[in-house]
Amino acid sequence: MSEVTLVEAVNLALARAMEDDPDVIVLGEDVGINGGVFRATVGLQTRFGPERVLDTPLAELLISGLCVGMAAQGLKPVGEIQFMGFLYPCIDQLVNHASRIRNRSQGRLTCPMVLRTPHGAGIRAPEHHSESTEAMLAHIPGLRVVIPSSPERAYGLLLAAIRDPDPVVFLEPTRIYRAAKGEVEDNGEALPLDVAFVLREGRDVTLISWGAMLKETMAAADALAVEGITAEVVDLATLKPYDEVTVLGSVAKTGRCIIVHEATRTGGFGAEIAALIAERSLTSLLAPVARVTGYDTVIPMARLEQHMMPSVARIIAAARKACQFS
Amino acid sequence: MASKKMADGGLPVIARFEVRHRNYLAPDGSINRPLPAFASDANLLVSLYRAMVLLRNFDRKAVALQRTGRLGTYAVSLGQEAVSVGIASAMREEDVLLPSYRDNGALIWRGVKLEEILLFWGGDERGNHFSGPVQDFPFCVPVGSQAPHAAGVGYAFKLRKEPRVAVCLFGDGATSKGDVYEAMNFAGVHKLPVVFVATNNQWAISVPLRLQTGCETLAQKAIAAGFIGEQVDGSDVVAVRAAAEEAVAAARDGQGPRFIEALAYRLGDHTTSDDASRYRQETEVQARWKEEPIARLRAFLVGQKMWSKAEEERLAAECHERVEAAVERYLATEPRRPETMFDHLYAELPEVYAAQRRELAGEGDV
Repeated sequence: MSEVTLVEAVNLALARAMEDDPDVIVLGEDVGINGGVFRATVGLQTRFGPERVLDTPLAELLISGLCVGMAAQGLKPVGEIQFMGFLYPCIDQLVNHASRIRNRSQGRLTCPMVLRTPHGAGIRAPEHHSESTEAMLAHIPGLRVVIPSSPERAYGLLLAAIRDPDPVVFLEPTRIYRAAKGEVEDNGEALPLDVAFVLREGRDVTLISWGAMLKETMAAADALAVEGITAEVVDLATLKPYDEVTVLGSVAKTGRCIIVHEATRTGGFGAEIAALIAERSLTSLLAPVARVTGYDTVIPMARLEQHMMPSVARIIAAARKACQFS
Repeated sequence: MASKKMADGGLPVIARFEVRHRNYLAPDGSINRPLPAFASDANLLVSLYRAMVLLRNFDRKAVALQRTGRLGTYAVSLGQEAVSVGIASAMREEDVLLPSYRDNGALIWRGVKLEEILLFWGGDERGNHFSGPVQDFPFCVPVGSQAPHAAGVGYAFKLRKEPRVAVCLFGDGATSKGDVYEAMNFAGVHKLPVVFVATNNQWAISVPLRLQTGCETLAQKAIAAGFIGEQVDGSDVVAVRAAAEEAVAAARDGQGPRFIEALAYRLGDHTTSDDASRYRQETEVQARWKEEPIARLRAFLVGQKMWSKAEEERLAAECHERVEAAVERYLATEPRRPETMFDHLYAELPEVYAAQRRELAGEGDV
């Protein structure tokens, strides 16, 4: 076992999946000799050859559409979109085809594909490189939307995504690609999809988040502990379909819930979780559910992006307020 | 392009391209140039003829069903029957078809039952779980979006060294979409076994070809993707079949993709929801009836003594019977239980949605 970064864990999982299954194909822009703009696919082309690790033309719609065609033939394509801001041409393929070819053909054709893309802001990247539009994807029936928050979960969840018989969009938290380090055993063991991970147990308030925001969320939990507030931290990990049982179980225990996401507030995935709690667990609440999210603005470029994203202070303030409520 | 004289400044020409047009049968059924080898096979020509006639009969009945509230929106192939039938006739069972919503002729040729097509247009996904080749794609409704799938399928064939071909059908409107160009471009890069076919029926609902492209031909779009594009007379099934045979064989042989522009005319409305008289002159349509593919092939077959009046009458009766029997089976199809809408959402329905399924099935609350 060795310590690796999150992006290295992605690379390990890709290599392991390709080693184990000749049907796994990696495709995207610059994924070959260059190893991807974030080096997630580094070394794969040398090891598995240009037919299985292919540099596509610069056409995102094509990448997603190729995945659908390959997957219908029983291959297990793993497409890479360089940044989430370039994912949007793929929406047609994800909505109209990937997510529903199984249903349209009543199980005759299936779509075991993965579309990976970096997610989120905070790396001072150029315009259109800092998106977190996961709620848009989580609205699509038939799709899975997965986002890890540590190297260990990046490895285990990506393996699970590749092995899954249905299409998965795998969002990789750009901001912690290298900042997150952890022990990963390259043993080929997948982690379960559709399951949330309780990263820290607590009694007073539930903090739910995913991806890079868990870094701030965990820091907030640490700070709250000093004040005597014990926070339970839930990494949602799979947004579609998400683990309602863990969410409701935790809220039933703490009676307070703060949802933290980087994406804009209105129609964000936090709204879905808040609605679930309101529908199913209202009587266990000791305080209103609160959302700490990005503002409803276009994600600013590098100079202001930090101000858009939830800070540790905002999370702490929301948790304190909930605890003071009752 | 070629007709415009431009000051070339003495610059050298570094590339020249040509687009060929293929036609054998004139509208009156006479022969314009020596026929391809398969045309001496009377059985094959007759089977192409029968398929086109069946399709036209089937379309007529489908529209009648739609008009009487027993079928949803439906797209007829009137005037372009030779394209889907001719193309499909050149494919092998193990090839993969990626059709648009107007390619019934190809599906029927490949073994899809008439009642399955009706089931689909009648609003039931089970129609796509059809009796045709199991890896064939269902009708694609979002225009041109199946073209990248064809490239993906072709890539899988090439990767696994399987001598199979993906055949992707779409209309003239689809050639304006990036999807089609992106797919053709990729197929060109990797010399994939894919045949792209554009049925150029001149109209994308109400938008005429002249507003769709500034090109003289659609076939030339293949040139930009690095492979051969050919224009065929899409009302001449012999030409369609010949072009398809050549293209499919070349693709199977590892020579890469081909593009076929089948020049035809949409004699009918876009779909049963459309009224083409709002945007085009009846005189234009009437003039194009002189070119239609079924009368053309019939004139040829009769002239060659390959077909008789008695056979024509028998075929009409057969088509009628076959279509009516299919309609009966379609109308007698057991309805789906509502909760089955969940059954092919995922390989295994996640528990959160299983609860919704139970609610729909009346098995308790969510």
